[in-house]
Amino acid sequence: MTAAEFGLDGRQGGALRRLSALFWRRPSLALVGLVVPPLAWLVLIYIAALGVLFIAAFWSVDPFTGEIDRTWTLANFEAVVSISTYRTIVFRTILIAAAVTLTDAILAFPVAYFMARIAGRRLRLVLITLVVLPLWSSYLARIYAWRLILAHDGALNWALRAIGLPSLSIGYSNWAMWIVFSYVWLPFMIMPVYAALERIPPSYFEASQDLGARGWRTLVKVVLPLAMPGLIAGSIFTFSLTLGDYITPVLVGGPGSDFIGNVVYSNVGVANNIPFAAAYATVPLVMMALYLWGARRLGAFEVM
Amino acid sequence: MESRLTRILLGTWVVLVLLFLFVPIAIIVLYAFNASNVQSWPISGFSLKWFPSTWHNDEVREALWLSIRAGVLATFLAVIFGTAAAFAVHRFRFVGREALSFIVVLPIALPGIITGMALNSFFVFWHIPLSYWTIVIGHTTFCIVIVYNNVLARLRQVPRSLSEASMDLGADSWSTFRRVTLPTISTALIAGALLAFALSFDEVIVTTFTAGAQNTLPLWIFGAIRLGQKLPEVNVIVLVVMAVTFIPVFLAYRVTQPGSAKS
Repeated sequence: MTAAEFGLDGRQGGALRRLSALFWRRPSLALVGLVVPPLAWLVLIYIAALGVLFIAAFWSVDPFTGEIDRTWTLANFEAVVSISTYRTIVFRTILIAAAVTLTDAILAFPVAYFMARIAGRRLRLVLITLVVLPLWSSYLARIYAWRLILAHDGALNWALRAIGLPSLSIGYSNWAMWIVFSYVWLPFMIMPVYAALERIPPSYFEASQDLGARGWRTLVKVVLPLAMPGLIAGSIFTFSLTLGDYITPVLVGGPGSDFIGNVVYSNVGVANNIPFAAAYATVPLVMMALYLWGARRLGAFEVM
Repeated sequence: MESRLTRILLGTWVVLVLLFLFVPIAIIVLYAFNASNVQSWPISGFSLKWFPSTWHNDEVREALWLSIRAGVLATFLAVIFGTAAAFAVHRFRFVGREALSFIVVLPIALPGIITGMALNSFFVFWHIPLSYWTIVIGHTTFCIVIVYNNVLARLRQVPRSLSEASMDLGADSWSTFRRVTLPTISTALIAGALLAFALSFDEVIVTTFTAGAQNTLPLWIFGAIRLGQKLPEVNVIVLVVMAVTFIPVFLAYRVTQPGSAKS
């Protein structure tokens, strides 16, 4: 092959070629060219937006004109703390997020263990693909599926009747939210736990058994502590995603099942009270910051 | 090492969890062919009649078109920003490198309502009316990380010596980029773009805060389910959306398979 076939003859490329040569001679220019566009986008829009959100939380809305009053006030935060409805919603959100996290940990651990220790190479690849696949099949579709399943004349009650059990009416309730959240976020728990378990050298299991530990003891004293960073990493996803959701409560929650997200959403849209919505949105933000700080100390970031 | 019983119990657990993951998806696929407009189980009869009627629904068409336009532009922007950021973080050591890699991930690390709410107050603050463009801005922001992660992972796999060899053999920096670097990252780039599109096409939470009066397809679905209206059409669209998000992911998976990588 000749140089021309490889495009080395210097004529192709034109402006791009000259630009490329300039970047090669002056790496600092290349760096600026690469860093500035994404950084500008993210800082000027996203970080600025977070800044506005934070500042807006200290503003208020004039009750008569509906205009935003930019006088510094803590009234929104006082309302979040003092009004019992808002406290109840925060507790409900946290409680369900915690229940979902625990459920997913229990469901995920044996699966991750099987993938890491028992499945062969091929089966393991198949399982990884199957576990991740639902994440890429529409999130709304998966919630909607449960709405159909849990409905009064849905598949669940049909199955219960078929085996002679009484029907359940959990279609629109906290139970439904618990099931649906556990369902949609489960893959986020399985993967990091698997990653943590896969890293445990087989010799640890042998050593534990040689030292006389039976199955359970090995599990509790060796495997669980080493899997902990994975469980915590998974819990960050399940907890944070549940905390910030408002679609599931709208679609499968019953009356009085509002989440933090629903209050935020209705204050932005219907009530047009952005300052209060901003103040309320800082609740999950602060909680996640604390959670992440704790998780980092426990070494969860190494398996993410 | 584990006893036979343990293995059987664990295997059973895996099968049950997989059923839990896939039965709802199978059910949603079946409902798209439900002849009745009552959504009860078991499905009494199957029919394809809702497919044409959904296709002729103007609202659905408009929503689909908006989703595609927003997804394509957001993906295009995300590819540019994500690739640039990945190259910068991979090739250079600079002040703020850690900060850049942190900020890139932030839009999907924070709960969706925070990102959505923040962008919404930002647009209100600057008196920017919510429109197609604000949807694109929101989607681009959280899609950058997808491209960034894919390209960065690939760059880390490719030895630096490859481009050094190319330049030693007399290629200039442009030819090296065009003939060596670009082919080695091309599949990661395509995979990143496909995944970003899939994410954008399916997103609801941020979109509800950044869309004005217009509906993207997920917003239309959300509204219809919420009001309990047009459920037969919802069944069909949900199946289509699942296919449209699944196909890019499947393709992304295929192009990144080690066996199919360009030699």
